[in-house]
Amino acid sequence: MGDFQIKKSSKVYDAVVVGSGAGGGMAAYVLAHAGVKVLMLEAGAYFDPAKHSSQLKFPYESPRRGARTKERGFGDFDAAFGSWELDGEPYTTKDNTQFDWFRSRMLGGRTNHWGRISLRFGPKDFQPDDGVSERWPITYDEVKPYYDKVDRLLGIFGTVEGLENEPDGIFMKPPKPRLPELFIVKGAAAAGVKVIPGRGSVLTEPLPGNKERGTCFYCGQCGRACKAYADFSSSSCLVIPALKTGNLELISNAMVREVLTDKNGQATGVSYISKDDMQEYQVSAKTVILGASSCESARIMLNSKSTVYANGLGNSSGLVGRYLQDSTGSSQSGILPQLLDRKRFNEDATGTINIYAPWLQDNKKLDFPRGYHIEFGGGMSMPGYGFGSYVPKYNGVLPGRDGKKKEAGGYGASLKDDYRRFYGIQFGMAGRGVGMARYDNYCEIDPNVVDKYGIPVLRFNYKWNNDEINQARHMQETFSRIIHEMGGIPISKPHGPEDMWGLEAPGRIIHEVGTTRMGNDSRKSVLNKWCQSHDCKNLFVVDGGSHVQQSDKNATWTILALSMRTAEYILDQRSKQNI
Amino acid sequence: MDRRESLKALGITTISAGVLLDACKPKPKEQAEKAAANTGDTADRQPVEIERDKKLHAETFFTPHEMATITILGDIIIPKDEHSGSASDAKVPEFIEFIVKDMPEHQTPMRGGLRWLDVQCMNRYSNAFKDCTRQQQLELVDEIAYPGKAKPEMQQGVAFFDRMRSLTATGFFTTKMGIDDLGYVGNVPNKWEGVPEDIIKQYGLENVKLG
Repeated sequence: MGDFQIKKSSKVYDAVVVGSGAGGGMAAYVLAHAGVKVLMLEAGAYFDPAKHSSQLKFPYESPRRGARTKERGFGDFDAAFGSWELDGEPYTTKDNTQFDWFRSRMLGGRTNHWGRISLRFGPKDFQPDDGVSERWPITYDEVKPYYDKVDRLLGIFGTVEGLENEPDGIFMKPPKPRLPELFIVKGAAAAGVKVIPGRGSVLTEPLPGNKERGTCFYCGQCGRACKAYADFSSSSCLVIPALKTGNLELISNAMVREVLTDKNGQATGVSYISKDDMQEYQVSAKTVILGASSCESARIMLNSKSTVYANGLGNSSGLVGRYLQDSTGSSQSGILPQLLDRKRFNEDATGTINIYAPWLQDNKKLDFPRGYHIEFGGGMSMPGYGFGSYVPKYNGVLPGRDGKKKEAGGYGASLKDDYRRFYGIQFGMAGRGVGMARYDNYCEIDPNVVDKYGIPVLRFNYKWNNDEINQARHMQETFSRIIHEMGGIPISKPHGPEDMWGLEAPGRIIHEVGTTRMGNDSRKSVLNKWCQSHDCKNLFVVDGGSHVQQSDKNATWTILALSMRTAEYILDQRSKQNI
Repeated sequence: MDRRESLKALGITTISAGVLLDACKPKPKEQAEKAAANTGDTADRQPVEIERDKKLHAETFFTPHEMATITILGDIIIPKDEHSGSASDAKVPEFIEFIVKDMPEHQTPMRGGLRWLDVQCMNRYSNAFKDCTRQQQLELVDEIAYPGKAKPEMQQGVAFFDRMRSLTATGFFTTKMGIDDLGYVGNVPNKWEGVPEDIIKQYGLENVKLG
C-alpha cells in the first residue's frame, strides 16, 4: 500500500453540515439544540470575533492603512478572509462572460463580510405578479413565523412602517441618521423618494434571554466583526453557541470534495481533504446538509457522481447550477458644500445602514420588471487608505475660506487646510436590485480545470440583459435627482449607456442565489419546498441555492429563516423516521 | 448583556475607558515614532498575512536618493503648520516605502516619476530635485501641482505629483498626528444619540423626518 490513503471515520453522525455561514450555522444551531449529533465541516480557519477581530484598531495599526490585500479583499481590518481570487482555487468563465465570485473560507463564511442589512422578502417577492418572475412554491405567510423567530433569536433594529412588500419585524430601536444622511432624507423627500430607518442585525438594546451577546457601543465597525457579539455573525451567534451544547463538532480547514451515496442513492456522508495535513477523509452521516454557498454547494453536487447519479447528485432535472442570480448594483457619491468646515463630533454610529429607501414604485409603468432599494451613507468616518482623494480636484470647485475660488490641486498649508475643511462632507448611495432568474445564467463544472486539491472547478456563464440595464439607468436617474435636491455635487464618475449605467459585473454584489432552486415539480426544480433534494431524500441545501427568484432585499435574513425552517423539518422527518 | 457589560467584555469599563485612552495618548515627541508603527497585536492576522508583512518590511525599494526626494516632496505637500507637524514628522516617507512594496502598481509610476522630476531639474537647474534650491523646487512643483493649468508637456509630471499627493495625504491623515489634526474623535466606545441639537439647528434640519 502506498502513502496515499483515505481515512474513514467509524462514527456515524446524525447529520453533517457543510459550511458555517448563515445557512449552515443556523441548521447546526437548531439541530444541535434539539439534541441531534452534528458534524460541521468548514473549508477555512476557525474564527471567533471576540479573539480575532480588528475592532477599534486605528488606521496606523495597519502598515497599509486598511487598504485591501489579496488575502482580505475588503481591506486589512475587514473580518472576512478571502477575496475574488483564492490561491490555488480558480474558477473560470465561458464565452467571454463575467462572474466574480467572492469566497470567504473561514468560520462564519461571508457573514463576516456582510453589511448586516437584514430585510425580509415580502409577499410579492415570494409570489410576484409582474408576469415575468417565477413564483416560489411557498408564500410569505409560510415563512413569516421563521422570520419572527430569527428576529427574536438574533436581534434586529428597524421601525414598523406597514409597507405592503417590506414586512415589519420584531424590531429594536434604530440608530439615528448621521448629518449627511439627514440631508439625504430631506433631498430624497423633495425628489419623491421615501427614506425610512435602516434594518440591521445589530443589538441596539439587550437581546432578551441572551447573556452572551453585548449591545452596540457605536464604533461603526460591524465589518470587522464585533468583539462584544453585538452584531450578527454566524460564528458568534450560531456556531459557537451550538458548540456549547456538546452536540456539535466542528472541523475547520476541511474542504469537501463530494457527497457519498450508496447503491440506493441515499447519501451516506461526505469526503473531504484536510488543508492541515493534506490527507483525504470520509465521514458518515444519516443526513447531509449543504450550506457551502449557492455556487459551492452546486459544485459539490455536480462533482458527486455515481452510477445512480450520473449527472451529479440530485441533478435529475439538469438544473443544478442553473438560474444563478446576483443582485444588481449601481452607485453614486457626492459632497455637500454646505457642510464645509463642519463641527466635529463622534459620528461613527453603526456599521450597517442607518437609513434606506425601499422600492415602492409600480413596475407596470416602467421598462424593467422588478425594483431596487437604495442604501445610503456618509459622515465623518475614520480615515483610511485613499483618504481625501477627491479634495485636490474639488478644492478648485468650491470657494476657499476667503470666499474666493482657486485653482484645483495645489500643495502646502492651503492644501492641508482643504483636507480639514472637506472632511466629513461626503456621502454615497447604492442601488441593490433584482437580478432576474434565467436558465441561461449558470455555473457548471469546467471539464478541464481542477483546483489544487484536485477538485473540478466551476465555470460561470452570466449576462445581464435589458431588465437589469434599464433598472440601473433608473437608479442613476434617481440618484442624480436626490443629489440635486440635496444641494450636493456628484463626485463619482458619471455613468451612461456606455458602461450600462454603472451596473456592477455579475457576482460583485455577493448576493448570488438560485443554483438549486426549490419547486413542486421535480422536473423543473432541484429541491422541494423544504429545501430537500427531490432525488435524494436525506440531502438538504440550506444556503441561497433554493431561492427561486431573488428580491431586491439582501438574502441573508431569508437564508436564515429558510434554514431554520428546513432544520425543523429535518427534526420532524427524523421523528417520523422518514430520513 | 447591556452596554456596560459588553464594554467589560472588551476589557474596557465605562469608568476606565477614558483613563485608559488618556494613558495611551503618546507624548508629542513619541507621536512620530508611534505614527507609522504597528502596535504588534496580531491576534486578528492570519499567518500568511504576518509572513507577508514581515517580508515586505525586510525589503527595500527606494534608494536613499529617492527617499530624500520623497521626503522633500512630502513636506512640500503637507508642511508643518500651527495645527500639526509635517509629512515627514508623521513618517509619511516610510509609509510610501511600504505601500509601493505592498501595491507593486505604484512602483514604476513612482520610480519613473521621481526620475522625470530629476531630469527636469537637471535640464533647468543642473541639479537633481533634492539638490535644487527651495525656490527652484517650488517653481517646478508649481508647474505640476495644478492639473487645470499645467502645460501639455508637463502632463507626466502632473500624473506623478497627483499620485504622490494622494499617497502623502493617506500617509499623513491616517497617523495619530493626522487624525488629531483632522479632529476625528471616533473609534471609541460611546453612545450614539444622533446629530447634536446645536448642529441640527445650525443647518436648519429640525423638521427632517424619516418615512
